[in-house]
Amino acid sequence: MEDPLHGYGGEVRRVLEELGLRVGDRVRVVRGGEVYEGILMPRYALAGKQIIVVKLDNGYNVGVKWEPGVRVERAEKPRQGARRGMLSAEVVFPPPRMAEDKPPVSIISTGGTIASRVEYETGAVRPAISSEDLVHIVPEITETARIEADILYSIFSEDMTPKHWEGIVEAVAEKFRKGARGVVVTHGTDTMGYTAAALSFAFRSLPGPVALVGSQRSSDRPSSDAAFNLRAAVLVAAQAPFAEAVVVMHGETGDTYALAHRGTKVRKMHTSRRDAFQSINAPPLARVYPDEQRIEIIDGRYREPGELEVENGFDDKVALVKMYPGITGEVIDMFVDKGYHGLVLEGTGLGHFPNSTIKAIERAVEEGLAVVMTSQCLFGRVNMNVYSTGRRLLAAGVIPGDDMLPETAYVKLSWILARTRDPGEVRRLMLTNLAGEMNPRHTLELYPRWYHG
Amino acid sequence: MASLDYEKLGLMVGLEIHQQLDTSRKLFCRCPTRMVDEEGGVFERTLRPTQSELGEVDVAAYFEWRRRRRYRYQSPTPSSCLVEDDEEPPHEISREAVAIALAVAKALGARPVDEIHVMRKIVIDGSNTTGFQRTAIVAMGGSLDDEDGKVRIQTICVEEDAARKIEEKGRTVVYRLDRLGIPLIEIATGPDIHTPEQAQRVALKIGQILRLTGKAKRGLGTIRQDLNVSIRGGTKTEIKGVQKLELIAKVVEYEALRQLRLLEIRDELRRRGVAEDMLDTPIVDLTKIFRETKSRVIRRALSSGGRVLGLKLPGFAGLLGREVQPGRRFGTELADYARFWGGVGGLFHSDELPAYGITGEEVARVREALGAGEGDAFVLVADREEKAREALKAVLERARWALRGIPPETRAANPDGTTRYMRPQPGAARMYPETDTPPLEVDENLLKEAEKYVPEPPEVKLKRFTEEHGLSRDLAEQVLRDIRLDLYEHLVDRYGDKVPPTVIASTITSTLKALRGEGVPLENLEDHHIEDAIALVAKGAVAKEAIPEILAYLAKNPEAKAEEAAEKLGLTKLTPQQVEEIVSRIVEENRQAILERGERAMGLIMGRAMAVLRGKADGKLVARIVREKIAEMLGKT
Ligand SMILES: [Zn+2]
Repeated sequence: MEDPLHGYGGEVRRVLEELGLRVGDRVRVVRGGEVYEGILMPRYALAGKQIIVVKLDNGYNVGVKWEPGVRVERAEKPRQGARRGMLSAEVVFPPPRMAEDKPPVSIISTGGTIASRVEYETGAVRPAISSEDLVHIVPEITETARIEADILYSIFSEDMTPKHWEGIVEAVAEKFRKGARGVVVTHGTDTMGYTAAALSFAFRSLPGPVALVGSQRSSDRPSSDAAFNLRAAVLVAAQAPFAEAVVVMHGETGDTYALAHRGTKVRKMHTSRRDAFQSINAPPLARVYPDEQRIEIIDGRYREPGELEVENGFDDKVALVKMYPGITGEVIDMFVDKGYHGLVLEGTGLGHFPNSTIKAIERAVEEGLAVVMTSQCLFGRVNMNVYSTGRRLLAAGVIPGDDMLPETAYVKLSWILARTRDPGEVRRLMLTNLAGEMNPRHTLELYPRWYHG
Repeated sequence: MASLDYEKLGLMVGLEIHQQLDTSRKLFCRCPTRMVDEEGGVFERTLRPTQSELGEVDVAAYFEWRRRRRYRYQSPTPSSCLVEDDEEPPHEISREAVAIALAVAKALGARPVDEIHVMRKIVIDGSNTTGFQRTAIVAMGGSLDDEDGKVRIQTICVEEDAARKIEEKGRTVVYRLDRLGIPLIEIATGPDIHTPEQAQRVALKIGQILRLTGKAKRGLGTIRQDLNVSIRGGTKTEIKGVQKLELIAKVVEYEALRQLRLLEIRDELRRRGVAEDMLDTPIVDLTKIFRETKSRVIRRALSSGGRVLGLKLPGFAGLLGREVQPGRRFGTELADYARFWGGVGGLFHSDELPAYGITGEEVARVREALGAGEGDAFVLVADREEKAREALKAVLERARWALRGIPPETRAANPDGTTRYMRPQPGAARMYPETDTPPLEVDENLLKEAEKYVPEPPEVKLKRFTEEHGLSRDLAEQVLRDIRLDLYEHLVDRYGDKVPPTVIASTITSTLKALRGEGVPLENLEDHHIEDAIALVAKGAVAKEAIPEILAYLAKNPEAKAEEAAEKLGLTKLTPQQVEEIVSRIVEENRQAILERGERAMGLIMGRAMAVLRGKADGKLVARIVREKIAEMLGKT
């Protein structure tokens, strides 16, 4: 159960407790001749400070310092004079109409608040807890699909692990087995790219699209991108011709179109912008216009719908190691000593690690670890034949990761190592394009034009 | 119109004054607080009403969304960044803005809160990219002395200014983001004001205190007033967006009048025996009556698939035509409801018919179809059926309110001081915590920062202006009331040793007033123009008499420099030798007159000399030379 005096500590907590006050109760604080009356609010910041947060009747919160001499008392609820007439300032969204003739789409929620309501008193955000809830909050999606929604997890995206990927794969597979045309997975944005890659490898063949979707502005704000993205994702799930795991998010800062990115090529490239997700080293699959209910294919080389084929399972003894000047072999040794099965290196430039670490890398390979090289440049592909360091790393047994994103290579290695530990087979699979994770042709327009004044 | 007895009416007015602050950065980002002329990057967004736990949404936000309103934002890079674009969380609140608000709090005797919490206040018109305005209470309590009694201060807030509206095209509204996020200070008074004049005076006094911090922006739209008005038996009505101080008294007067008239209508309805349960009349489809109508409005509606719906208002005959404000009838109030709730263009009511192409015969048939007798009124709406129905439902509900009194409304001020219905007063679902920025503790450091903005009390200033600057009491009071008070102080600080403060004072008071009277576009005149003109006088490049002409030129050519203006106008000061030459010539030309009149010719010669030399030479110098030259001429003969 939640703490009834959330965030309050020390003397002020004792005072509130003595009065039997809980967050949400009406309280009166008298300090220096000024009377602050309203609702006792939870306290989120600077828990050590002796401050009482009160929501006044005008809607504002204020913090009042508690110290001896300040009077705190329970207050009576004011008489509610408000009339709920036909001309009142609030309305309830009309209930959506569920159309039976639309394609069935399942929505699996894993966390984040893509559809939520806000408790205005505390500002707390409550996510939708059922299909019914969800379609009440974003009723437009019923014009695209017959919606069925479930909650699988309620976790932050930074708390996702390979175990959760397995859970999501299973849940998605189940929806297809039950006849879904497409599946939408709502997901926090931080690690959505990793999960998208995981689904891309685990589904060897799919009957329809799997659209991962999230929001960069939470849905308790009028300007949230959540509803737009969700509508786009549902449209993809209901109508897209491809049968792949994709990330569907804003295509630009405005609310005009979304993009569907291949799950193995997508990366979160901005901390806060709506269009943070971009395809790296490959074009996105499609532009999606939810207002016009239209999907425009950008890249026609996609996987067509087929039978459902799942190979689930990820090895969690895989690590992603970033090179930095001064890195030593100890970092590599640590993973070897801890019994890891594979390492993805995020090297510099064309795929380099310091010569001083090569010994440790050789040892890792000898101990049976699969070691894959990617580049922290992100754009472009590794080429370890150009310089001598690269050639020495290759000789040490490092597998070049081509133009794979480091994160994608990490997920791929984790998936492969859960199938086989045979070094030759691991190498063969790492070098094989399994789910569009490698693009053999890079053309000029795949590299963004930055601002040059 | 006979003036109202406000004491008898029990008039109560509260003010909300919003003033832009001249801070070094915006309230929640590092952009400067400056407006620009360029458009910058453009993007388009929509806003969506957020649902409360009960699934409720703000009705005005809901309508905007249902109308598929789109907002096009211009984001010029000199004055807006990802924060205004709603692409980056807000930075910490500007301490400078908070310090200024704390200074104002001190001047008004208000008590700062111990910790400032930023809230989100839902706004529905797209003027904030986020869909809410960030606002925070900085202090509460305090009061302002007024000759008609103390006016309590309820709250002092800092908040973000909204984006500025550029234009509206169809369902797209265009905004520019340069103004969004400029700090505003909002001062809300208690309902302690009892006459329209007092409302205007209190607004002026609060504005003055704000300007005395030296941190208030000036110019059109930098100060805005909202009013809360009620009379005894009436309802507190919120009136938004009074841009001009001079309009306040009129808006208050008209609102008092409106409430009075509506109460009279209520009493009349009760006298007629009209009760709420009689207002259950059905909405009737009258389309067939208007198949052959000559009314263009109705024909247009019908030809695009619309219907004509009608509603009887039993016992309302004659009341819809009653004026509630100059040029606005009770029927206009009903039409506002039809527009807001039904999204229709307007309505027809029986007190204005037959007219607008609707014939007497059609009126008779409508009355018959609605069962409306002599004592009944009716309204008609021609539009798509669903819209027309929603419109008439709202009209019926508003008519029910007529029996109770005055509905709680948010109204918008019209330029003539009348007001129109904007929306129902927003409910509790309007304000919730901004969780992206941490609370700010009001500590000793912050209070110390505030000290430097605490305005000097007006009495102290008055004393200083008269005793130290040598202004007359009258001129000192004028300066104190003037919107450019802080500019005056700045100019005296800087140029007071070379230009007499009386010249600076009369420049910003009477000179500007006179120029405005001559139709000079003063809105173009910025502080730097005035400062440049004074600086020119201080340098001795022009005479003080040249100031009005230079300012008039700069107002018409805001890009020009003061020196340029002086040269173009031929106002550059002459050397004493040049002045002497000119005077000598004039004296010579008027030899006859001087010889005839003797020293009495002084006035004539002075007048002729100044006609040539005004602005180019100091008057005193000219007078001295004229006197010398006349004496010389008279002495010779
Ligand atoms: Zn900014």
